[in-house]
Amino acid sequence: MCLAVPGQIKTIEELHGGLLRKAQVSFGGIMKSASLEMLPTAEVGDYVLVHVGVAISKVDEAEAKKTFDYLREIGEVGELEDIDEYLPKTE
Amino acid sequence: MKYLKEYRDPVLAQKILNEIGKTVTRPWSIMEVCGGQTHSLVKNGIIDVLPSEITMIHGPGCPVCVTPMHLIDAAVDLALRSNTILCSFGDMLRVPGSKMNLLEAKAQGADVRILYSPLEAVAIAKDNPEKEVVFFAVGFETTAPANALSLVHAKREGVKNYSILTSHVLVPPAMKAVINDPLSKIDGFLAAGHVCTIMGNSQYYPLASQYKVPIVVTGFEPIDVIQGILMVVKQLEAGTYKVENQYSRIVREEGNKDAQMIIDQVFEVSDQVWRGIGEIPASGYKVKDDFEAFDAVKKFAISIDAPEEKTECISGEIMKGLKKPNQCPHFGKKCTPENPLGAPMVSSEGACAAYYHFSGTSIHA
Repeated sequence: MCLAVPGQIKTIEELHGGLLRKAQVSFGGIMKSASLEMLPTAEVGDYVLVHVGVAISKVDEAEAKKTFDYLREIGEVGELEDIDEYLPKTE
Repeated sequence: MKYLKEYRDPVLAQKILNEIGKTVTRPWSIMEVCGGQTHSLVKNGIIDVLPSEITMIHGPGCPVCVTPMHLIDAAVDLALRSNTILCSFGDMLRVPGSKMNLLEAKAQGADVRILYSPLEAVAIAKDNPEKEVVFFAVGFETTAPANALSLVHAKREGVKNYSILTSHVLVPPAMKAVINDPLSKIDGFLAAGHVCTIMGNSQYYPLASQYKVPIVVTGFEPIDVIQGILMVVKQLEAGTYKVENQYSRIVREEGNKDAQMIIDQVFEVSDQVWRGIGEIPASGYKVKDDFEAFDAVKKFAISIDAPEEKTECISGEIMKGLKKPNQCPHFGKKCTPENPLGAPMVSSEGACAAYYHFSGTSIHA
């Protein structure tokens, strides 16, 4: 029920004189529309988390990388020295 | 970067698992609150490869599972009315009511539609002005803004034939109820990442300090869940009980303020009956008076008295973490996803369905 999936905003359409912003979001190539009413600052190109047709959060790339920084720090430096192979690559 | 496959790397997962193994020195019981996390644990086999000291307890975080039977019955009654279109998320259709489920009502000719979003229901109402369109709005805090938004849209556009039947539940009061159960023994929590995406983390600080339990806000991909477990175990071993955020790429400390405003506009906190658990004070949402024209309970004068349920399903014990699905005598025998005795076998987030679909021989009864 709380399933939410990250996708990239491809286009934004403004309805009702800008009162309602609706995005076309690509989920690995599959396009779905999503309301941007809860993410007023989202722009084309942003990755957003979409739940039941509503975008609820912008994915923070710097924070996403911190997950991997944390793993680097957890003390297994030796075993994780090749972590860069697993680090997310920026597009 | 697409924020999915990076969090599914098996080699990285193994490395974090190794770290958990090195950190843990004694038995700990950790509850993952959200059914989505239960599925990630079981589907990805994580539960089979965790160190034996760690017991994962599957929490009540499945809104479909906790929707009380009398509301299923109310939805069925509404669906069977001749001028009504009853819409809901797909998971709700197989959940047993006292007489039948929504799928059986559909088989009897009721107009029951599965939707991806409540916003689609408003469009259906506009296209069918001669019909009453009711959206069966279940969910946790994650789904509340979208359900609320459908009422805001309907009001703004003057759609008078739209209403929602709500069964909205809130996570922090349920966590408190679970900790307070005298039989429960939970040492730490993985909090539900998408609930926190909306509400933020502030509600968890008093829980962590009052009950001295570490709470780690956690995501849903395999790496997220394993890292969340590592963070809880590190705290347990160190004797700390802080609120930490593993899922910081999505969850902001203050949550999503715009979403919270939409919830506040439409809903107010109310007592709520949880199927299998009972009534929990201040653990749900009801529609505010400003939007009562869109509240199906008022519009159709639905009785909301909960009758006592007679069932062979042990969902209450499952959702409080007192029993595992395969400890139920009916698991996989009398109770299967095709013929469920209770909701946890139905929902895509139910613990019983997760065990049934994904578990290997190790956790089958």
